[in-house]
Amino acid sequence: MSDFPRTPPRFSATFTPAINAEIRRAAATGIYDIRGGGTKRALPHFDDLLFLGASISRYPLEGYREKCATDVWLGTRFAKKPIHLDIPVTIAGMSFGALSGPAKEALGRGASAAGTSTTTGDGGMTEEERGHSRTLVYQYLPSRYGMNPDDLRRADAIEIVVGQGAKPGGGGMLLGQKISDRVAAMRNLPKGIDQRSACRHPDWTGPDDLEIKIMELREITDWEKPIYVKIGGARPYYDTALAVKAGADVVVLDGMQGGTAATQDVFIEHVGMPILACIPLAVKALQDLGMHRKVQLIVSGGIRSGADVAKAMALGADAVAIGTAALIALGDNDPKWESEYQKLGTTADAYDDWHEGRDPAGITTQDPALSARFDPILGGRRLKNYLKVMTLEAQTIARACGKNHLHNLEPEDLCALTIEAAAMAGVPIAGTNWIPGRNSGGL
Amino acid sequence: MQTFDLGAQGLRALNSALHALKGQTNMTEWEVINPKGSHAIAAGVDAALDITVRGSTGYYCAGMNKLATIRIKGSAGPGVAENMMSGSVIIDGDASQYAGATGRGGLLVIKGNASSRCGISMKGIEIVVHGNIGHMSAFMAQSGTMVVLGDAGDALGDSLYEARLFVRGSVKSLGADCIEKEMRPEHLALLADLLKRGEADTKAKPSEFRRYGSARTLYSFNIDNASSY
Repeated sequence: MSDFPRTPPRFSATFTPAINAEIRRAAATGIYDIRGGGTKRALPHFDDLLFLGASISRYPLEGYREKCATDVWLGTRFAKKPIHLDIPVTIAGMSFGALSGPAKEALGRGASAAGTSTTTGDGGMTEEERGHSRTLVYQYLPSRYGMNPDDLRRADAIEIVVGQGAKPGGGGMLLGQKISDRVAAMRNLPKGIDQRSACRHPDWTGPDDLEIKIMELREITDWEKPIYVKIGGARPYYDTALAVKAGADVVVLDGMQGGTAATQDVFIEHVGMPILACIPLAVKALQDLGMHRKVQLIVSGGIRSGADVAKAMALGADAVAIGTAALIALGDNDPKWESEYQKLGTTADAYDDWHEGRDPAGITTQDPALSARFDPILGGRRLKNYLKVMTLEAQTIARACGKNHLHNLEPEDLCALTIEAAAMAGVPIAGTNWIPGRNSGGL
Repeated sequence: MQTFDLGAQGLRALNSALHALKGQTNMTEWEVINPKGSHAIAAGVDAALDITVRGSTGYYCAGMNKLATIRIKGSAGPGVAENMMSGSVIIDGDASQYAGATGRGGLLVIKGNASSRCGISMKGIEIVVHGNIGHMSAFMAQSGTMVVLGDAGDALGDSLYEARLFVRGSVKSLGADCIEKEMRPEHLALLADLLKRGEADTKAKPSEFRRYGSARTLYSFNIDNASSY
């Protein structure tokens, strides 16, 4: 054997061990990877923005003494009964079916205690959620599972779902493992079969039809309910403009960090845009139409903290929505279940096989034994605590920027740490006045 | 009978008046004149009314109807009786796209032809079409019954679940997972009843129909069936 030094093993940057493992998995099973959650790749995000804070040119507000309001009105354009929330952090649509009944109840409890809204999902409205949600947004989806005029009328707002950030252009899939008797009955389908949710609505196509559809829903509900239109982050400028043209009261914009109950990994990771890139384009569409603040903008996809809330609002959003973060607050992916995650071949904070219905935390499941582990009262309290903390954090930042309402935050309060984030968010790179793609950057 | 001039009084006033009748049993006869293709006529009615629309309607006439009998003395635009819960909608003329889409109950009768995607994603509604239906009808139909006295276009019943389809004429093509099935006595009885309630029993006999339904091979995803999707 030669004594010459050997070339050390070198891994390919293209064919990494993780990539190779996926190739082997695909070859062995013949099935693409399906999972829950949102994109896991690193993207330009709110972490790439910083607030400037006040100094001499702007003065701050006293943190514990001076008021910084957080309330938000939604649906003021046409609805007779617009929604007024205490905080601008709402709970995104997540279905009964994807989540257990107790988990939906906990979302309602937590949101109501914190003074905000929750949202149904694909599969209809449950009594748990309606009963425990002071303000409930009822999603109107392509599948129309469980859709009926009685629930439309007892909702506080209607959200027409055109797309979602995890899979713009895609429909849904709830695999048979989670189709219990109750889920099957609500969706008019046999128990135990895979349930597909269409990617397009069955009775309208395009913005002109959408305008008529919105008018029909307003007629059915006697023009009382705010009507939201939810879009995935794909072409936010045009989609926002078309939603406004069609008569939406509120536009909900979901970036690719937004989660899903289940879809193909290739879809989650390769379709859509980061929320940071989406917000300024949607705001510009609203401003170009003279509708900014008249049609409210709710943004979602990777909102985790009060800092993220404040940054989204500084870019022009009226409110945000959280889904994944809310599930984590309830107890999803908690390390206390680590031994059970290990048995499933994963680990806490990485578990994403929500579609299989074997969630050790009892949240993304229809298994009676597993869902019994989850306490909806405790879960609701945890969610309330988390929402309160987010609000306090956002207020802390807003006061430091001299703002007496979260809605007074503005892009001028922000700078960016990277060229990518600066270009997407439309704010200058820290220490310069350079916004890539917009100006030359001279001081 | 209440006569409502839609051209003079407007859609909001009509639907508001109809919605206000929930739970009442008197003043059940209504006539709507001058519809002129307006959208969402009598949408969201929740009372056992008998409403006659004298003329053709636009989109979503009788949308989400509960309990009411709505007669259209003309043709209907897209999405007539969409998501109907109960009651009846009877159209003298033709129906545009998505007739009876996602309907969960009630009876939809189209005495003329229906365009594409008739009964798309139907969830329990009964549909009787005296004429022909267009392509992709009963797409992803979950439950309920569709009876067609004429011909069906391309891709009938694509990705069908448990809905029952009966066609008297030709079927241009069947969609994925839709197959012809044996006609058993209970199906003939079902047809006889629906033809009668659909005002078509003088036009056709149950024995003249063929039955189509789901092969149920696509109910659970299997990579070996990928080419079928």
